[in-house]
Amino acid sequence: MTTSSSVLEFKSSTFFSPILILYSNDLAAIEQSLQDKINRAPDFFKNSPLIIDLRELNKSGLDISVIEVAGMLRKIGMFPIGVRGGNEQQDKQAHKLSIPVDAGRENDSTAATSAASSRKETETQVLERDSVENNEFRNPASSVGRMESVSAPPEPVKSMLITQPVRSGQRIYARGDLIVMSQVSAGAEIMAEGNIHVYNTLRGRALAGVQGNTAARIFCLDLQAELISISGDYKTSEHLTEQIKKRPVQVYLQDHALIIKEIA
Amino acid sequence: MARIIVVTSGKGGVGKTTTSAAIAMGLAKRGHKTAVIDFDVGLRNLDLIMGCERRVVYDFVNVINGEASLNQALIRDKNCNQLYILPASQTRDKDALTLEGVGRVLEELSRDFQFIVCDSPAGIEKGAYLALYYADDAFVVTNPEVSSVRDSDRMLGILASKSRRAERNEEPVKEYLLLTRYDPGRVKSGEMLGLDDVQDILSLQLLGIIPESKSVLSASNAGIPVILDEKSEAGRAYEDVVARYLGEDRPLRFIDDKRGFFRKIFGGRS
Repeated sequence: MTTSSSVLEFKSSTFFSPILILYSNDLAAIEQSLQDKINRAPDFFKNSPLIIDLRELNKSGLDISVIEVAGMLRKIGMFPIGVRGGNEQQDKQAHKLSIPVDAGRENDSTAATSAASSRKETETQVLERDSVENNEFRNPASSVGRMESVSAPPEPVKSMLITQPVRSGQRIYARGDLIVMSQVSAGAEIMAEGNIHVYNTLRGRALAGVQGNTAARIFCLDLQAELISISGDYKTSEHLTEQIKKRPVQVYLQDHALIIKEIA
Repeated sequence: MARIIVVTSGKGGVGKTTTSAAIAMGLAKRGHKTAVIDFDVGLRNLDLIMGCERRVVYDFVNVINGEASLNQALIRDKNCNQLYILPASQTRDKDALTLEGVGRVLEELSRDFQFIVCDSPAGIEKGAYLALYYADDAFVVTNPEVSSVRDSDRMLGILASKSRRAERNEEPVKEYLLLTRYDPGRVKSGEMLGLDDVQDILSLQLLGIIPESKSVLSASNAGIPVILDEKSEAGRAYEDVVARYLGEDRPLRFIDDKRGFFRKIFGGRS
């Protein structure tokens, strides 16, 4: 593949990374909230790279130590790979930890508009930056700046389709909608950031809107679930009334109350 | 190439070893060269059920460690010359098995044998995982009671996600249900789950129902696979299982409450 003489090669490529936007400088509260999210989807967050966004925090005049935030993130199994929107001191702290700092702060106002602008435009912007960067790859900060613009276009969320039975002990996590054509056994766990459709018997646990989407719904043809949850509000099988047990139902949230309704 | 069958259940005491011995004998009796391997390292039982415990010299772990050749360790069955037994080690534990070592042994056996039956230990730990990893077909042995059904369901999930076929994205392991220790009388009275209740949860291709039978225990104690007892219902039911696995069409037997008839006439209690 490679020629025998070359030791390394530079290539320009893009990848997606979640951005952690902080609104509070209460480290304990941040950790608790993150831990809750991790508990809901351990596989998704395990060893996940992360960019820390301090813009909102600094706007409200709240200070936080990057060293402490990074330490906490690493402790719970995440990898901070960039900092943006920090003040001078926070940038220094990031440098000390060898975490790249987003130098594109002057683009603050344009970043906001680019996020709102159509995806096509953003993509061409990315391409332009790509070509510029090829000449400037010695500047390490530009790589983080690029990441920002790449994560700006809305990520296309695909739905996940499962045709095999979901057996006891199996876990499935979908970033969008989850559609299951087979039965979901007791002791199995299906989770989705969007809606969940089960076109069969649901005996296990089903958690929709696990990232906080309160508009998510669960649909199933035969409700015998151990637990159903939407955006953290849940009901266990103990609280399912006889009228809806073993019936085709939909589940949705209304004023923080879980509504289970038979589909006529 | 041999077909590798794992006999598994998750739960203990449901009849995995009895089933392994019976179907291995059934396949061999029909002229297919068959090997049956005891994966229950540390709790060696298959040799007792097969009646060859006094002929064990080398075992599965010796072969994996290269201390004995496969031919030295394989024991030819005294009733059928197409059947060979590879016993487990009684002095070691499951950690003596390695994925790579098990793979090597199965590959060597595959060159010579038509069927390899892997008798899985109970549980979902290393021994059970290694027994199912290379499987082509899985016989899921289940008793008609809720905990056994749930454990079988868990095992099916592991087969679907952790087997070599799953890892390589090949055609999935073919899963069959074997309902053992079935007591039609207790099913009828509602004390025991029926076939429909079990299938409601597992929905698998049914290979057979083995009725609870005294002949299973006496066959085990005698060291003769129950399938050789042609008078017993369990033996004949296993015979049907082997036939169905090989593609024959056989109606289900021994699932009706025959004692009910006598009870009606004599008014007695069992």
